Amino acid sequence: MPAISFQHVGKTYSSARGAVQALDDVSFDIEPGEFFGLLGPNGAGKTTLISILAGLARATSGAVRVLGHDVVADYAQARRSLGIVPQELVFDPFFSVREALRIQSGYFGVRKNDAWIDELLANLGLADKADANMRQLSGGMKRRVLVAQALVHRPPVIVLDEPTAGVDVELRQTLWHFIARLNKEGHTVLLTTHYLEEAEALCGRLAMLKQGRVVALDRTSALLAGTASTMLRFKMDAPLPASLATQSRVTGRIVQITAHDAVEVETILGVLRNAGCQPEDLEIGRADLEDVFLEIMSGTPRAGAPLGVAA
Amino acid sequence: MTPVHVLSGANTLLYKEVLRFWKVAFQTVAAPVLTAILYLLIFGHVLEDRVKVFGSVGYTSFLIPGLVMMSVLQNAFANSSSSLIQSKITGNLVFLLVAPLSHWAWFVAYVGASVVRGAVVGAGVMIATVWFAPLHLAQPGWIVVFGLAGAALMGALGLMAGLWAEKFDQIAAFQNFIIMPMTFLSGVFYSVDSLPPFWKGVSHLNPFFYMIDGFRHGFFGVSDVSPWTGLVVVGASLVVICGLCLHLLKIGYKIRH
Repeated sequence: MPAISFQHVGKTYSSARGAVQALDDVSFDIEPGEFFGLLGPNGAGKTTLISILAGLARATSGAVRVLGHDVVADYAQARRSLGIVPQELVFDPFFSVREALRIQSGYFGVRKNDAWIDELLANLGLADKADANMRQLSGGMKRRVLVAQALVHRPPVIVLDEPTAGVDVELRQTLWHFIARLNKEGHTVLLTTHYLEEAEALCGRLAMLKQGRVVALDRTSALLAGTASTMLRFKMDAPLPASLATQSRVTGRIVQITAHDAVEVETILGVLRNAGCQPEDLEIGRADLEDVFLEIMSGTPRAGAPLGVAA
Repeated sequence: MTPVHVLSGANTLLYKEVLRFWKVAFQTVAAPVLTAILYLLIFGHVLEDRVKVFGSVGYTSFLIPGLVMMSVLQNAFANSSSSLIQSKITGNLVFLLVAPLSHWAWFVAYVGASVVRGAVVGAGVMIATVWFAPLHLAQPGWIVVFGLAGAALMGALGLMAGLWAEKFDQIAAFQNFIIMPMTFLSGVFYSVDSLPPFWKGVSHLNPFFYMIDGFRHGFFGVSDVSPWTGLVVVGASLVVICGLCLHLLKIGYKIRH
């Protein structure tokens, strides 16, 4: 039985400008024990999909199940199986960290949970803040409490919606160390993130959403192997020749161009030479997930293995 | 889901809601008690020697139960409505939305906490005003029945207002343009019997009148209408409002998109 199953999920919002289709026939399964990444640009529908999973929103069509429990018909069991770390930095200003955790635990019917609460506090570096009021905590500390609140009822499936947005390096390390441990212990993890190196490092499998549709679904390694696997990286002050502009990415002086093989690298260098360009600090390396992502999002045809796109 | 889970979830939410207002009791309990005392001092001073109600009851004695009930009703409404709108606006309602709480759990907890707040404030006003006039307790059963039913009704109404509202000023408008006029015009400060026939008729259409009149009956054993009539009106209003409230919670009105 899949840990999370999305089947033909559609979501249409009515807005002032008419109906907006946020999700269009999204289908994929996440198996128990997976560390799964959900990627896509802003507005692709990631948060909508997670909101439907969490019961914060309702799908217009299709079904979502958590460990076989339908999120609408059997919402109590579905929510009991889920731990959601929301994207927004929210907190209840009336309570201390420990009170907030005890209360959240109680909502799930888990009483006398102090041993686990202490363990969560220790693992997330919150032990000395247990009795501090939520208002007194820094943003990073509040984010840690959100993670603790999501895990307080020991859910088998953990959902993190951009947990490291605006978070310092230390917290990211603490968080990933802890989440990776939970994943090793058998928890399923679904992660949405904007940091593609995080997804590449952590997620065994990925889905990419674009305008509410799944445009890629595969093992991370297969996605990386299937893409243009070589990356030319150099610095240059002059503008790029027009013929290279479409396949390149320019950040200030840094230019990155993907190539499928050595012949294409030679061709690109030839074009640069003929145009009189003088690239500095030229490197040739492997493409990373960011390149795969951009390639898929721009909709350019991909070389190598076919995409594992859900029909 | 086992009954233990259901109970524990609802209990925890009730506990949290009570703790929420208790942590700021200076504002949520002491302030309304002070307001009620000010009303009593001013109106009692002006009217004590000029007005007798129900034949022999002194004005201050008459006013106290009205002020107690008014405080109960207003604070019961304020508790659920302000808690919910705060959670909606600050976003921490998500902690409840992701929890396996049924619409009954939400209802019992929010309305229950409103009843507790109403009872605490009402008791505070009663204790604080005991020095101003002799306390009559003719039929205490009615005091409890109307006090609880009124607080529950207002708690449920506040819950509905909290679900509906998207901004604090919408709650304030609800409070100032609906709750305040209906409580003030329900006979808190006067016996509706003393009004001209037309306004007396209008007052009898106001459910708040029956709550205050029935509550007062418990103190003096006399009232403008029979407490049994009041019980029917208040009970019917309670059933309608609670039914509507439960329905809105069940469909996730304005909280689950």
